[in-house]
Amino acid sequence: MTHPSDKAELVRLSGVTKRFGGGVPALDAVSGAILGGEITGIVGPDGAGKTTLIRLMTGLMLPDSGTVDVLGFATAKSPAAIQTAIGYMPQRFGLYEDLSVQENLNLYADLRGLPKDERAATFDELLTFTDLKRFTDRLAGKLSGGMKQKLGLACALLKKPRLLLLDEPGVGVDPISRRELWKMVENLTREGIGVVWSTAYLDEAEACDAVLLLNQGKLLFSGKPAEMTARVEGRVFKVSGLSGRKRQILAKLLDKEGIIDGVIQGEAIRVVTGNDAMPQVLSAGYGAAASPAPPRFEDAFVDMLGGGPGGRSRLAEAQQILTAKDNRPVIEAKGLTKTFGDFTAADDITFDIRRGEIFGLLGPNGAGKSTTFKMLCGLLKPTSGEGRVAGFDLRRDTASARNQLGYMAQKFSLYGDLSIGQNLDFFAGVYGLSGQRKRERVALVSEIFDFGRHAGQSSKDLPLGLKQRLALACAVMHEPQALFLDEPTSGVDPITRREFWTHINALVEKGVTVLVTTHFMEEAEYCDRISLIYRGRSIALGSPDELKASVVTKDQPDPTMEDAFIALVERSEAGTKEAP
Amino acid sequence: MWWTRLRALIVKELLAVLRDPKGRAILIGPPILQLLIFSYAATLEVRNVDVMILNRDSGHWGQELVERIEGSPTFRRIEIAANPQQVRQAIDNQAIIAAVEISADFSRRIEAGAAVDLQLILDGRRSNASQIVSGYLTQIAGGLAAETPAGKRAAARTVSTIPRNWFNPNLIYQWFMVPNLIASIALLIGLIVTALSIARERELGTFDQLMVSPLRVHEILIGKLVPPMMIGLFHITAYILAAIFIFGLPLRGSLFLLYGSSIFYLASVVGIGLFISALSMTQQQAILGAFLFMVPAMLLSGFATPIENMPEWLQPVTLVNPLRYFLIIVKGVFLKDISLTEVVNQTIPLCLIAMVTLSAAGWLFRRRLE
Repeated sequence: MTHPSDKAELVRLSGVTKRFGGGVPALDAVSGAILGGEITGIVGPDGAGKTTLIRLMTGLMLPDSGTVDVLGFATAKSPAAIQTAIGYMPQRFGLYEDLSVQENLNLYADLRGLPKDERAATFDELLTFTDLKRFTDRLAGKLSGGMKQKLGLACALLKKPRLLLLDEPGVGVDPISRRELWKMVENLTREGIGVVWSTAYLDEAEACDAVLLLNQGKLLFSGKPAEMTARVEGRVFKVSGLSGRKRQILAKLLDKEGIIDGVIQGEAIRVVTGNDAMPQVLSAGYGAAASPAPPRFEDAFVDMLGGGPGGRSRLAEAQQILTAKDNRPVIEAKGLTKTFGDFTAADDITFDIRRGEIFGLLGPNGAGKSTTFKMLCGLLKPTSGEGRVAGFDLRRDTASARNQLGYMAQKFSLYGDLSIGQNLDFFAGVYGLSGQRKRERVALVSEIFDFGRHAGQSSKDLPLGLKQRLALACAVMHEPQALFLDEPTSGVDPITRREFWTHINALVEKGVTVLVTTHFMEEAEYCDRISLIYRGRSIALGSPDELKASVVTKDQPDPTMEDAFIALVERSEAGTKEAP
Repeated sequence: MWWTRLRALIVKELLAVLRDPKGRAILIGPPILQLLIFSYAATLEVRNVDVMILNRDSGHWGQELVERIEGSPTFRRIEIAANPQQVRQAIDNQAIIAAVEISADFSRRIEAGAAVDLQLILDGRRSNASQIVSGYLTQIAGGLAAETPAGKRAAARTVSTIPRNWFNPNLIYQWFMVPNLIASIALLIGLIVTALSIARERELGTFDQLMVSPLRVHEILIGKLVPPMMIGLFHITAYILAAIFIFGLPLRGSLFLLYGSSIFYLASVVGIGLFISALSMTQQQAILGAFLFMVPAMLLSGFATPIENMPEWLQPVTLVNPLRYFLIIVKGVFLKDISLTEVVNQTIPLCLIAMVTLSAAGWLFRRRLE
């Protein structure tokens, strides 16, 4: 490792292995170091072992083999000494939701033994730092996701720690709060505090000073993010000016020799090649130009995992082409409004989704995108306005509308105690498939998604990637016209995400219409059009490129989706302030 | 089409319970425990109690009484006290439930043909058992009194009673208890399996998945209703078999009537379970809700204490308790040949309860979509 030697080493991991039950270890011989004055990202998809690694550092758990030394103490010998000197912010349950902000702080001050005479000053400093002064009387449970994380951070900082462990602080936080949180943490590192920030978002990894990249319990990389991205330097290209269907071109490209990875990015395609001599192949035949693009962490991660899946979707090949009898949009939202008491969760949301279009609802948690989504698939009755699927009114022709839609819930809600085969049978039956046709469809998806080996296993014991495949299989079993995907790929590894989108892209080419919600800015790039939902309103609607173009400034010539989101939210806030 | 959907749902519900190890444990553990505890351990009969005798009399009659008490099979141990303090202490420590004090002039007064008092001290903390013990002891004393010279003289003038118990001639405790258990096990299992079913789906997020599927609300209700009823029928059957072959109960009425009415009983129980389930957000709330209903339902059913003994204002509450009606049917079928009209009279309220709770659950479902 090539860390500068002036920074103190706070944590040393040597050959750390941890197993829960049989099967693959949660952590497999992980070694590395965490330095003071830096933000170290523990990066990896859900189930990679991030939380386990952090809990091992707190001494709450001991490794099966290997050692963890924190601040010079071995966790096995003196966990108490470690625990008084570190700050730890767990993923959940870190706060008492029925206590107010101030009561939470008081409680943690008591627990951490903060002397009474220092309290007033410390509270004042932390509340100013986290900008929570106005909310000291509010119950912690009533705070927004971002504010909860800030309060959690304040509690972890009560007694200035030398090492701060943050377990997925970016989850459930809107991009603006996330940036604020990041800035706060950056300020801490200037005081020499070592910060561990675990995340499943690869864009957060890029901003860290150092990264430990975990995948399925194995350490794939440790070092500066730039060292990671350097491995794909010069191999990343943006192919733009396409003269055809971008998704079909992507599918063809992915099957070409020498293409490691490719994703849709607005109207363009982002490609990682096997070596830097490939641009000719890229532009050939599509009337497109390939220009080098700065590599991202995710490109390098995919490259390291041996490249993404091919572009072929057998699921879509088996799908019959859906053609429109008329030009009627498949999904229509007309003035959808939902109020809960005096709170307006969704306010006059209107859009049409054409056949074969991917439409994204983008926004932070609690902004109203789930409410809108639920109204459109019939889970919530709108207070006013109407939603239609394939021309059927969701309130009147409920059953007909529902036969046309496939639904994939957040976190792949499957029946965990049922096996794969039983889940498939159930969903086939519920959508009215029986006899020969049911057997055919079940056999088809089982073959496409390679379920054979796991067919009898309870679905709750499946790895995350397989769960996602099963959820998709269940949602498309009845060949719906419209697919509703609620945060379909949050927390899954990039390879699984690509595989998922390969199927979706190909289905869309066959005329399936997709509505997807996401708070994940990169995922928004896969959409044809996006509606930005913020505080219950749609504050912008357009293609990803249009939205990005609308916020281009001199300082920001090439904004990312996240930049666009922040700029548009700020613009909308400024607008509402002027309006009344 | 609807049948395909419904069948898929019913199969799924059964699998969800049977494939879950915890679910299986619930189906096997509590029924066996209940059967063992209620039919053997938690008996209301008074047996194996200890009494103490303080005999200050030195005559024949005092000794005769002691011997008669000692000869009774009801009492496990008879202690002879030397002084009143000993009696007091033994009652205090719950070492005995009752003490008999025979006064010093007991034999003398009997021989003289005069009236004589016998003191009985009972532990009021165990009111039910004390009452029964008091009855036994009074009976023994009565038997003795009849043989005294005065008693013999009076015999010609007294009315003697000969009790004859119908339906359960030997008052076998299990004959009374096991039919109760048949009804209550169905309540327990039906309620828990159903209460968990929707709450579990809500916790896992699969409930939304059901609601976006073409299943109609009434189909979901039927799909959620049938599997717990099947499981309930299975338990009822197992208990009926145990009643006949293990506990030797007579089966005097028609099994057909019993099964016919149990369909309605189970529907009303499952209806209540579904209602609780639709009301709760988590499995924990659902279980709490189920027990919150079950405990009063057991107590206010006539299971252990007759409904007629309850205060007047409380009695109408028992009218909404399905267990109350089904208990009459089960006991009727087993112990007497209950008539069809009587079964119908008890089944109609069950039917009404099922209709009300199921519609309420359906309404709650729909309201959740608002």
